[in-house]
Amino acid sequence: MDPGQFFATSRLVIVAGKGGVGKTTVSAALARSAARTGLTTLIIEVEGKSGLASMFGQPPLGYDEVVLSPGGDPSGAADVLARTLTPDDALIEYLEDHGLRRISKRLVSSGAVDVVATAAPGIKDILLLGKVKQLERAGNVDLVVLDAPAAGHAITFLQSARGLLDAVRVGPINTQARDVLELLTDPARCQVMLVTLPEETPVNELVDTAYQLEDRVGVSLGPVVVNGLYPHLPGIGADPTTAAEEAGAQLLRGEARALAEAAEFRQRRSDLQDHQLERLNELLPLPQIHLPFLFDADLGPAELDVLSDALLDGVAGVDPTALGVGAPKIEDAAS
Amino acid sequence: MNLDELVMSSSIVICTGSGGVGKTTTAAVLAMEAARRGRRAVVVTIDPAKRLADALGLSDIGNEPKPVEGPWDGTLSAVMLDTKRTFDDLVSTYSSDPDQAARILDNRFYRNISGALSGTQEYMAMEKLYSLHESHDFDVVVVDTPPTRHALDFLDAPRRLTHFLDHRLYRTLMAPTRGVMKAVNVAAHAFVHTVSKVIGAEVFDDALAFFQAFQGMEEGFRQRAGKVLELLSDPATSFVLVAAPRRDTVEEAQFFADRLAEAGLPVQALIVNRMHPHFTDEPPEGLRARARGFAGTDLGDLLTNLGDFALVSAREEAHLAGLAESIEPAPVVRVPFLPTDVHDLESLERLGTHLFTHA
Repeated sequence: MDPGQFFATSRLVIVAGKGGVGKTTVSAALARSAARTGLTTLIIEVEGKSGLASMFGQPPLGYDEVVLSPGGDPSGAADVLARTLTPDDALIEYLEDHGLRRISKRLVSSGAVDVVATAAPGIKDILLLGKVKQLERAGNVDLVVLDAPAAGHAITFLQSARGLLDAVRVGPINTQARDVLELLTDPARCQVMLVTLPEETPVNELVDTAYQLEDRVGVSLGPVVVNGLYPHLPGIGADPTTAAEEAGAQLLRGEARALAEAAEFRQRRSDLQDHQLERLNELLPLPQIHLPFLFDADLGPAELDVLSDALLDGVAGVDPTALGVGAPKIEDAAS
Repeated sequence: MNLDELVMSSSIVICTGSGGVGKTTTAAVLAMEAARRGRRAVVVTIDPAKRLADALGLSDIGNEPKPVEGPWDGTLSAVMLDTKRTFDDLVSTYSSDPDQAARILDNRFYRNISGALSGTQEYMAMEKLYSLHESHDFDVVVVDTPPTRHALDFLDAPRRLTHFLDHRLYRTLMAPTRGVMKAVNVAAHAFVHTVSKVIGAEVFDDALAFFQAFQGMEEGFRQRAGKVLELLSDPATSFVLVAAPRRDTVEEAQFFADRLAEAGLPVQALIVNRMHPHFTDEPPEGLRARARGFAGTDLGDLLTNLGDFALVSAREEAHLAGLAESIEPAPVVRVPFLPTDVHDLESLERLGTHLFTHA
């Protein structure tokens, strides 16, 4: 699939997955990839303290939009922007927009938000998603990447709209929930990309999450991103002593053993990873995009470009017709 | 104190750390070791992965301890925390009569609170720990903390719940029924009116009914919360920090360690899961350089691979250095990447060989 076509599928991409699988990394790589194809991209972060900014070599994010990586490098690349959304800020903005400026600050500072949020759970989530919807509609950027809360919570988060429609039948919250649900269930406006590691438990949880998101929320699922794959090294099956002789090299004392042990470890883990990729493929009929494990260094701008290359390669390999499999039946989901 | 001593001498062990680092599994292994050594142990897990639940035979149990059969001298029981049930039990304990309890338990607002008030899960984990400890059925209670970003909120959770009950909005809501409507100032009235407009009148009426039903129970809740906090600072309570050797999780672990230290609750051990093995003492740069010299040959790939792991291993140790220093003299226990996930008691036991000194 052509990357330009892929990123034009929907203006909002929600990146979701269980804690520790690299959701934020994938959000960053995705945004950078889209920017490299010339699309101005905004990353929205909702949990705070995610390390997103440091991947771009920038100080931590705030509520105001900042440029994480300016366009023009390479030429034709667009900006990557980012901002953090919090329910409190979103609520203040919401109340102000609805002519309730006078009480908004007090409502938040007195802690009454907690009481209100408890009265109708999901209200904080709907305020955040409402703000995301506003940014998606505004059209100031070409693509919005939402780094969603960790899975489990991601389902509740995305389900909040449907839950609130039942709990609050009239009024502004109801309208907001209706708009958000419309956004989430429209494949031309929004898709969810799930992230996992090539390991047993994360794969199981990803499959559960995928089906729950389809059934309970009715979102359209994009390709699955599998993070942390060991790149293949074809030569590691060789015996180190023989390999050294063939190359005309001398090994250090004890080195043959270290080389063999390290090779065996990688081989075993690679086999396990391949096995999990197959399992995932059997359990969930969605295209996969594979990102490499980075041995070299912690994630910085250079490493992000390595991941972005891999992501663009992965996108190029996606069969557009395979994506239809995961598309929800919106009428069913809404009933 | 090493982990062998820790599982023998503690009456409560609290495992904390960010999500996805193997916290629940670690809690299970610690409880199992205590049972192996003849103690009556119970592990409280929160939303365990299905494999682990199966391994412990947890799939058909819930909020009450269920024995786990195995080759140990003591006993091992397991609980899967049910936040709502725990809260329900608490309401039943502190209500003045069954009618009051029923009015609260049936209330829609209460049903939302018991599942969704931020910090409720954290608080109920502590409540469960307290009631298991007080039952005297167990020598040691090992508890997992919720996998939230704010995993240590349980330290504030008891306070937060009482704060919620003390909230001015709550008192404002209560005022009309006390017949002091006149005393409610106009601003507060407008405030309530606005809140009800935003969330809808139905939800608001439910909330009002809840607070009315709850009257008289606050004091019991407050006292209980105080006792839970006392128990957390008891010398026989141990905090075990669980981490993975990645930069982000180490940063979070450091944050937890600092917060515990601030609260006067020192970390007794750091368990680092998923460490890459250390295959060589050769510097990674040298290996990389030689790999480049033999690029395209089998030896080149073998050297690249060894260099890869040397790099990762060095980086992991570098990430851990600061954290290890800050929790000294508490021990740091390194657990290597395991070839498979935990499927059964045997694999839990294999994991144990990395944590304890037994043969």
